Amino acid sequence: METPADSIKPSPSSVAVLNTDKQRARSLWQDAFNHLIHDRLTMIALIVLLLLTVACVLGPPIIESDLHIDVNSIDTVNAFLPPGASGHILGTDDLGRDQLIRLMYGGRISLAIAYLSSVLIVVIGVGLGLLAGYYGGWIDDLITWMVTTLSSIPPLFLFLVIAALFQPTVEWLIVILALTGWIGTSRLVRGEVLTLKERDYVLAAQALGASNRRLLLQHIFPNLMSIVIVTGTIIAGNLILIESGLSYLGVGVQPPTPTWGNMLTDARTYFVRGTHLVIWPGALILITVMCFYLVGDGLRDALDPHHSRHTGS
Amino acid sequence: MGRLIFRRLLQGIPTFFGITVIAFLIMMSAPGDPITLITFSPRRDAASVASMKHQLGLDQPVLTQYLYWLIGNDWVKLDTNADGTVTYGTRKGLLRGDLGESITYKQPVLTLIVQRIPATLLLTVAALIIGYGGGILLGVLAAVYHKTWIDEGVRIVTVVGNAVPAFWLGLIMIIVFSTKLDILPSGGMVDITSHGAPSLWTIIQHMIMPVFVLSLGTIAFVSRFMRTELLEVLTQDYVRTARSKGLNNNIVWWKHAARNALIPVATFVGPAIGTLLSGAVIIEQVFDWPGMGRLVVNSVFNRDYPLVMGSVVIASALFIFGLILSDIFYGLLDPRIRFR
Repeated sequence: METPADSIKPSPSSVAVLNTDKQRARSLWQDAFNHLIHDRLTMIALIVLLLLTVACVLGPPIIESDLHIDVNSIDTVNAFLPPGASGHILGTDDLGRDQLIRLMYGGRISLAIAYLSSVLIVVIGVGLGLLAGYYGGWIDDLITWMVTTLSSIPPLFLFLVIAALFQPTVEWLIVILALTGWIGTSRLVRGEVLTLKERDYVLAAQALGASNRRLLLQHIFPNLMSIVIVTGTIIAGNLILIESGLSYLGVGVQPPTPTWGNMLTDARTYFVRGTHLVIWPGALILITVMCFYLVGDGLRDALDPHHSRHTGS
Repeated sequence: MGRLIFRRLLQGIPTFFGITVIAFLIMMSAPGDPITLITFSPRRDAASVASMKHQLGLDQPVLTQYLYWLIGNDWVKLDTNADGTVTYGTRKGLLRGDLGESITYKQPVLTLIVQRIPATLLLTVAALIIGYGGGILLGVLAAVYHKTWIDEGVRIVTVVGNAVPAFWLGLIMIIVFSTKLDILPSGGMVDITSHGAPSLWTIIQHMIMPVFVLSLGTIAFVSRFMRTELLEVLTQDYVRTARSKGLNNNIVWWKHAARNALIPVATFVGPAIGTLLSGAVIIEQVFDWPGMGRLVVNSVFNRDYPLVMGSVVIASALFIFGLILSDIFYGLLDPRIRFR
């Protein structure tokens, strides 16, 4: 039985309540940051991703000068060396090229595609989604028709046909992946805008005479930021998978430029002699994509105040 | 229900039309032309190239070419041989089932594709069944054993299943099960189908690895979705009522909760078909599977334009059909949809 005197004393639980009140006074971003640095799994994924990026960007010149090896130097005498062989930490491939350095160069390209294409996709998807959702009418009809049509072609068919026929350079591959990959994002943003523009605060701003531009940029866009960041991260992971799939089929980035995908193209013909050549590129794809997904998940948890991983997804 | 089906079929028409436009535009704007590949000889002269182009109708305006491709040219008089004799065209057009003739195979495109559709459907339908079956089972387990090691285990399967590149997993499985352990065939479905009807067991043996690899993404997606939906449903009043009636857990989970949680999950059958058709392109390459995917990959490398366009259109038509089916399915499962 609780006496009146007990309830006046500050109990541990009421202190906790006070603390959460203080937390609510912080901005969404501060709150999200706080949530994020206490989310161990997401932080590990983020750190792995950063380390991989740094290693792929800075690694090759250092290794090249230290071990005196070059990414394209062919040395058929020393082909299929196992990992740990002198001078070649991860062994060599079918042409005697050092695997570690090729993995790093490949990572540069795979990661560049993931980062740049996902940014482009987000820009296009958000732009078109905002237009369709906010203005409605024929703009909405046109964009929705484009979205339904493009999303009715099995995704890989579209990428495959375009990539194979145009034989793009890495730069163009980034653009092509972006031009064909914005569909999901724009659909998501459109749906979100449709609900946001009916919210009372937007209607209030409209009643006060705010211009369309102001409504879109000041009132609606900031509320899209969290879903945009989350989808952008997941898309980056998908792009690594798509690029590696295309390169595996031989229509993505062309050899001798290495990517994690095209390093596996010939793996089938020589995996008896060089199992290490199959394991490493694929393992790096798996780890990278997994990290992108985990970071996306973590960001979703952190940016959504009503959400927690253990009650939903 | 009839109205729902009719409306959905009607909505499919502009989408299908859009796909033909996109397929055609991609081909038109692609650099290089099929002539270069047909006449791969250094001594071809400009005149022979021009006459060849004329024969194939490649010298016509873009819109005319599109029209001929779509509805055929047997209703216009053409001078295909440039010899002054004017005859009706021979093409019936896409809408009447004539997708043109493949440049590399010298056979009607539709015949080539129809020959390979069964193999691809065998792969994708099996993967869809395994994907949904496995996904639902794992999802229900994760929700029912919420916050236990089972839930965590399913989460790991989900994350890895989504992130693993399918072609790599396929290669690793071939190394382990075909090369090292020698218990499953690494591919060669092509050989067994060309030597008469294989036994059911041989087919299943060949299907185990490709179907597993292909279904993994669906298992991951479905299990995660199912878990979320089921956790939501399990908090509802009617579930508590069922429990308080004294029903045992299995009946409550499967009969009361899982069935309702399944409705939103079932609507993703359509999109899942698209993902599986895409995945099949790569999986068929890894396991030498004689389906549409390999045909598409070969045709884009050969710049066999009629075949590429035909494959894109047919694959998309299959996909649209899947989307419509899943909408109808949704209508059947959830009466509220039918009357909207």
